[in-house]
Amino acid sequence: MTTKKKNFFLQHKVFTIFLILAILLILMAIFAPVITRGVDPIKGSMKDAVLPPSADHWFGTDKMGRDIFTRVIYGSRISLVSAFAVVGLSFAIGMLLGIISGYFRGAVDAVIMRIADMFVSFPGLVLAMAVAGILGASIKNAILAIALVTWPKYARLARSLVLKIRDRDYVSAAIVTGSKTPYMLTRYMLPNVLPTLIITAATDIGGLMLELAGLSFLGFGAVSPAAEWGLMLSEGRSYMRTAPWLMIFPGLAILITVIIFNMLGDGLRDILDPRNEE
Amino acid sequence: MTKKKIIMRIVQIVIVLFGISFLTFLLTYLSPGDPAQIMLVSSGVMPTESAVAALREQMGYNLPFWTQYFRWIGNALHGDFGLSFTMNKPVVGLLLARLWPTLKLTIFAMILMLAVSIPLGMLSAVYKDKPIDYIVRGFTFVGCSIPNFWVGLLLMLVFCVKFTIFPVISSSGTFRDMVLPAVTLAIAMASKYTRQVRTAILEELGQDYVVGARARGIKERKILWRNVFPNSLLPLITMLGLSVGSLLGGTSVVEVIFSYPGMGSLAVSAITSSDYNLIQAYVLWVALIYMVINLIVDISYNFVDPRMRLKR
Repeated sequence: MTTKKKNFFLQHKVFTIFLILAILLILMAIFAPVITRGVDPIKGSMKDAVLPPSADHWFGTDKMGRDIFTRVIYGSRISLVSAFAVVGLSFAIGMLLGIISGYFRGAVDAVIMRIADMFVSFPGLVLAMAVAGILGASIKNAILAIALVTWPKYARLARSLVLKIRDRDYVSAAIVTGSKTPYMLTRYMLPNVLPTLIITAATDIGGLMLELAGLSFLGFGAVSPAAEWGLMLSEGRSYMRTAPWLMIFPGLAILITVIIFNMLGDGLRDILDPRNEE
Repeated sequence: MTKKKIIMRIVQIVIVLFGISFLTFLLTYLSPGDPAQIMLVSSGVMPTESAVAALREQMGYNLPFWTQYFRWIGNALHGDFGLSFTMNKPVVGLLLARLWPTLKLTIFAMILMLAVSIPLGMLSAVYKDKPIDYIVRGFTFVGCSIPNFWVGLLLMLVFCVKFTIFPVISSSGTFRDMVLPAVTLAIAMASKYTRQVRTAILEELGQDYVVGARARGIKERKILWRNVFPNSLLPLITMLGLSVGSLLGGTSVVEVIFSYPGMGSLAVSAITSSDYNLIQAYVLWVALIYMVINLIVDISYNFVDPRMRLKR
């Protein structure tokens, strides 16, 4: 068992490296208070306002005297949690509706797929912006808005995968021999759909982080005083001339995080994609 | 695309527009903000309870949901999307004034994107797994992972603040004002598109006819430009049409950063100030523009690919 595992990680070195980096990121988010030695990310002292990077404040401080290093570290929490929430929501809703659509076909399929088509034939970010704005700025609403425009992709994918096997003999045989519908859905359709959807989800996370940060940047996501990278960039914008560090470090944090998750997603795709197996 | 298919697509566009209009209307109806109150506050009137109630009655906000929706959609079909709450002007006029600057910016960004992506994508495909390919892939990877608003801010920091080559506020919409916003938009798009060009060209290079042409001693350059490139145009044009969607979505961020007077920055301020009429009109317009562009793209296959003309 252990030798087999070791081989797997040695075989996919790039994937392993980025997996470790991603785990480190998650640990950083969890242990943010320890890493920042208990500095408060929300409360600052006005006498420390807008200080350049130094030994005391590695990334400098903002107009409220808050330590940017602390805020960047804490920012990983919102970024990771919200991106995973969007992926989780879209994945669950899309997979459920897609499987139902493909398995039952007929009227159910027509209704679900027309709704999905509506979202797909349309620039998603525009709608997400409007939805997040109308619902009121908050991270929860930004997550809902982006999930609303993301689920159809998963639903269409799941449906097409189900349709591919729906009329195979082994599926018909299972139905004829008396397998109940819930059993068919969970034991036959679900395992067939999961791998492809997981690959899609893994490759999507990075892009979704960018969209979430973008919404916060525009003011339709996280609200002050939250430590969120997009929001920090938007707050630091007006200090560009005097305090460029306010917009260097949060941006770098987004870039690095997105790179790690994109590499991880691509790596996972290369490993799991059956087309690469020959 | 036969005539019948084109008509089907137009019907589909109309259905999608109705769906989108319903969704946005429903959201504004359910949203916590009271349009009557927003209108009063923005016109500088004290929103007393009686004034709000009177305005609600006058604007028909007390009517049942369906009555309100059909009233709004009926007016919209006549080209009347109502007044902007905050600016007290017809929404259509406000959007029309901003339409051309945004289209201009989008087209410029697209030209930049094509000028970069096609040569790089082809180079990367032809020299697959050579140093050039790795460099191009590295750049496109970073380009896909970098937030475009950060790129915009960095460009601004370098070119407007450190070296004052370009203005910080690009509010006049002249060519000089368009350069940085367009470059910002183009970077993210070009990264994605370069990858797609690479994949499309690689796919064509693997075809049997390429081997055949090589065997007959035809020059590599000639095969690439005469056969491979024209053949891979079809998927590339499709991707181009689809990327207009991200461009239209991306413009709002870039327009806000550079204070560019386009539809996107108008929409952002409309959303911030809960100017529902303006938001609804903007969303519908963007949807319409996007779908019409993609329809045109699909029709253009008839001209690009002779095979499509024969298939009736």
